[in-house]
Amino acid sequence: MATVEVRFSALPAHVRTARLVATAVARRAGVEESLLDEVRLAVGEVCSRAVGLHQQHAPLEPVLLSLSDDDGRFTVTVVDVAPAGEAVAESFDGIDPEALAAPAATDADGQQVGARAGAPTDLLPAGFGLAVVTGLVDDVEVSTGDDGTGTSVRMTWVASTARPPATI
Amino acid sequence: MDLSLSTRSEGDRTVVVVGGEIDVYTAPKLREQLIDLVSSGNYHLVVDMEGVEFLDSTGLGVLVGGLKRVRAHEGSLGLVCTQERILKIFRITGLTKVFPIHASVEEALAATD
Repeated sequence: MATVEVRFSALPAHVRTARLVATAVARRAGVEESLLDEVRLAVGEVCSRAVGLHQQHAPLEPVLLSLSDDDGRFTVTVVDVAPAGEAVAESFDGIDPEALAAPAATDADGQQVGARAGAPTDLLPAGFGLAVVTGLVDDVEVSTGDDGTGTSVRMTWVASTARPPATI
Repeated sequence: MDLSLSTRSEGDRTVVVVGGEIDVYTAPKLREQLIDLVSSGNYHLVVDMEGVEFLDSTGLGVLVGGLKRVRAHEGSLGLVCTQERILKIFRITGLTKVFPIHASVEEALAATD
């Protein structure tokens, strides 16, 4: 059983909560202080991806974050129930930074196409967040359900077995 | 910590000072700020990220979007950042190739890129 489990509704505001909880449990599990930024970023990326997919496909379903601390390993698992689709890209192969930053298209009046908030100009390719995670974390396992629905992302870090003293 | 934003003019440049966390929740606020600046004719931006505590790929997307917008007007978008934990995500994603990254606002203002 996981040490800590959090189920949260698919709202961007909760991603920060997920990061905070994961970082706190990682620290408690004895993950080295220098790796906590990595834990924070990786958990944020995976949870943002899950929230984004749930908002599109399953807005009423919660995202599951499980954190466990066993045998000197700290494991984070994030599970969503959305169609995995093309969102499971795992590297930056084929992503050209220069192409990403090409000037925004403008229409005849010189107004930028899609200049309103949330327009595609700001969307990085699907799978970008997961590619960040695989570039960042050594031990990542991404699996999808047999029917193509639901992704589980498991990330593991080394944790010290020497527990910090309990604080009251 | 939430996102804080302030802007000031320095010659023909606009400095945007960002603090706090840029993530999926707060990134829309930064996006709106950058869109407003470009819509009102500010095409040379310096984004000071020294007060940023967290940046994820959603935030990167907004910065890339800002760069695309200023480039459409032959403008520029330079970043000020010396924090290793923030620089790391630019390196992993290869975006160090597209953003000029400076060690101080002064250096960014002196740069011609």
